[in-house]
Amino acid sequence: MTIFVFDGSFDGLLTAVFDAYSWRCFPDMLVREGEVLPMFYDECRDVVTDEAKSSRVWRGLEKKLSRSALSAVVASFLCEIPEYDTVLFRYIRKAIDSPVSIETDFSDADVVEMTRMVRRVNGEAHRVKQFVRFQKAADGSYFAVIEPLYNVLAIAMPHFVDRFSSMSFLLYDKRRGFGCYYDGKETRQVTLPEELPHIATGRLPAEMMDDDELLLQDMWRTYFKAIAIKERSNPRKQRQDMPVRFWKYLTEKQ
Amino acid sequence: MTEDTLRRLKILAESAKYDVSCSSSGTVRRGKKGDGIGNTVGGVGICHSFADDGRCISLLKVMLTNVCMYDCAYCINRRSNDIPRATLSVTELVDITMEFYRRNYIEGLFLSSGVVRNPDYTMERLVRVAQDLRTVHRFNGYIHLKSIPGASQELVSLAGLYADRMSVNIEIPNEDSLKYLAPEKDFKSVYEPMGYIRRGVLENAEDRKHMRHVPRFVPAGQSTQMIVGASPEHDRDILRLSSALYATPTMRRVYYSGYVPVNTYDPRLPVLKQPPLVRENRLYQADWLMRFYHFTADEIAGDNHPDLELEIDPKLSWALRHPEVFPVDVNRADYEMILRIPGVGVKSATMIVNARRFRRLTSEHLRKIGVVMKRAKYFITCGELASPCVADVSPEYVRRQLTEPRKSLKGDNPLQMTLDFG
Repeated sequence: MTIFVFDGSFDGLLTAVFDAYSWRCFPDMLVREGEVLPMFYDECRDVVTDEAKSSRVWRGLEKKLSRSALSAVVASFLCEIPEYDTVLFRYIRKAIDSPVSIETDFSDADVVEMTRMVRRVNGEAHRVKQFVRFQKAADGSYFAVIEPLYNVLAIAMPHFVDRFSSMSFLLYDKRRGFGCYYDGKETRQVTLPEELPHIATGRLPAEMMDDDELLLQDMWRTYFKAIAIKERSNPRKQRQDMPVRFWKYLTEKQ
Repeated sequence: MTEDTLRRLKILAESAKYDVSCSSSGTVRRGKKGDGIGNTVGGVGICHSFADDGRCISLLKVMLTNVCMYDCAYCINRRSNDIPRATLSVTELVDITMEFYRRNYIEGLFLSSGVVRNPDYTMERLVRVAQDLRTVHRFNGYIHLKSIPGASQELVSLAGLYADRMSVNIEIPNEDSLKYLAPEKDFKSVYEPMGYIRRGVLENAEDRKHMRHVPRFVPAGQSTQMIVGASPEHDRDILRLSSALYATPTMRRVYYSGYVPVNTYDPRLPVLKQPPLVRENRLYQADWLMRFYHFTADEIAGDNHPDLELEIDPKLSWALRHPEVFPVDVNRADYEMILRIPGVGVKSATMIVNARRFRRLTSEHLRKIGVVMKRAKYFITCGELASPCVADVSPEYVRRQLTEPRKSLKGDNPLQMTLDFG
C-alpha cells in the first residue's frame, strides 16, 4: 500500500494529485500530517504543498468539469472527514483521466460518494442559515454562536452578508474556534478566547445585551408556542427537521 | 413594544395557526447593499424553526386582527365564538417583523386578517403593513399577503406590488358544501380575487417584456388551501380541483389542511376524534405526483377508486393497480416511466438516466444511487436481478410484503423486555 502525507489543505490535496502524476505513483490512501499512519504500508511519500503545482491541477480540472462540479469538489472538501480525502483524490484522478466529464456517472462509487458528501455539506450549510439566532448587543451589533458538523461558515457567510448588509454581526464557529465578523462593509476572520462568557455559553451576558433583547426573545418563544396546534403534536417530525444538536443555541428551545 | 404587545401577538398567532401555508419559496431577490435589509433565496425557501406539531416556521404567520364579521362553521375566529380578540396596530406589526427578521427568526411576514367592517377596509390595512415594510423600512425579505375575499381589484393590484406571494383560500372544495358551512361565502368570492392576481401577474409579465425595470407583481405567484374532512368530498374531487388550479398560470401551491375539530358544537360539522392526518399526508403525496411525477389527477384517484388508500402511498397504489406496465427496464425505459417505479424519486430517476449513459446499471448501482430496493425490486428489471415482479406474483402478494410490520431481529416481544429486568 502506498501512502501520501499532505498538510490537510485543499492546495495540498491538489499538489498530491500533481506529484502522483509526476512520480507515476498513485496512493491507495491519503493521510493528513499529524494523523496516525496505518499499521502496515509499503511506501510513504510526503507531499510538500506548492501553489504552482496546485493551480496547474486546478486549471486542468477546469477543462474537465463544469462550474457546478468544480464548486462541488471544493464544497465537499469542507467536510474535513479524513477518509474522504482519498475519495476526492480518486475523483479528481478519474476526472483528469476520462475523455468525457465524469460528473454524471452515478454508477461510479466515487462519483456517488462525492455527490452524497456535497449534499451533506450543503445540507449543513443550509441548516446554519436556518438555525442561527442572533442576539442584539448593547452596541447595536448582532452575535451568534454555531457548532456545525462541517466547516461551512465560508458557505453560509455570504448569505448572511447579502441579507444583513446594513448590520454588523459576528458569527462564531465554536467547534473550530474561529468566527467571521462583518462590520457593515467587509468580512474578516476573528479568533476569540474560549473563556469569554458569551463564547462559552453562546449567550450574551445581561450587561452586554440591548435593552429590548430579552422582551423580543420572550416574544419569539411565545410565538413559537402559540403557533403549534396541540391536536397535531409531532415531536418526532420536529426532531427530524430540527436536529437536537442545534437546540442548545435556539432561543425558542431555552 | 411592551408586555401587552406580547399578549396580543400570542392571541393573534393562535388565531392564525390553522392556515397551513408558510413557505418562503418561489422568488430569488438579492440583498441591496446600503439600502435596507433582506433578501429572498428561492429554491425551497428557508424554514427557521419547527413547532411542536412538526410544521415549519418560515414566516411570521399572524393576523392583523382576529375580529371577524363572518360566521364560517370551520373557522376558529367565527363571529359566534367566544375567544379572546385582539388587534395589532400597523406600526407594532411592522416593528415585530423587522426585529424578528434581524435576529434570523423568520424569512418574512405572512399576514392575514379577520374581516372587519367590509372587505376593502380590511384589505387596505393589510396593504398598509406591506407598504410600510417595503417603502419606509426598505424591507426586502418575503411578504405573503392574504387577499380578502370580496376586496376590490384596485387594492389587490396595489398589494401585488409589495407582496411576493398572495393567496385566497378556497377552504371547502365544493361550492354547495362551502355555502352550507359558510353562508356568507361562495366560489365567486374566492375565484374573483384569484383572477385579479392572475391577471395582474400576466399583465406585469407582458409589461416587463417591453420595459425591464417595471417592478415585479407577485413574483412568487399565488397559493390556496383546502380543508380536508370538514365536508363529504372525495379525494377524487379535491385532486381534480387542485389539478385544474395548477393548470392556471400563476397557481404555485395548493395546501391541504386536515380539519382540526375546532367548533365541536356546530351540528353541520362531522364529529372527529382527531384530525385526518394520514389522509392529509396522502393528499400531499398525490399533489407531489401531479407536480413532479407527471401523474394526472384521474390516474391517482379516478371514478373506480374515488378515495386514496390510507394504507399505502398513492404511487405504490397506482403501481399495484397497473401490474401490466411492470417490470420497467431501468436501462431502457424513458424518464417518465422510471419516475413511476415505487421506490424511485425525482433525484434517483435523474441520476439513473444520467448514469446509464456510462454503463449498464445493476441492482448494486441502483442501491448506491439511493433507490429503495425493498420496494423497487418488484417493479424493475436490470438484466441480472432475479426478484419476482409484480406481474408474475400478484399485486396482493406485493402489497402484503410491503405493508407487513417489520420484524426486528432482536425480537420486539414486549414480554421479553419485562422479563429481562423483572
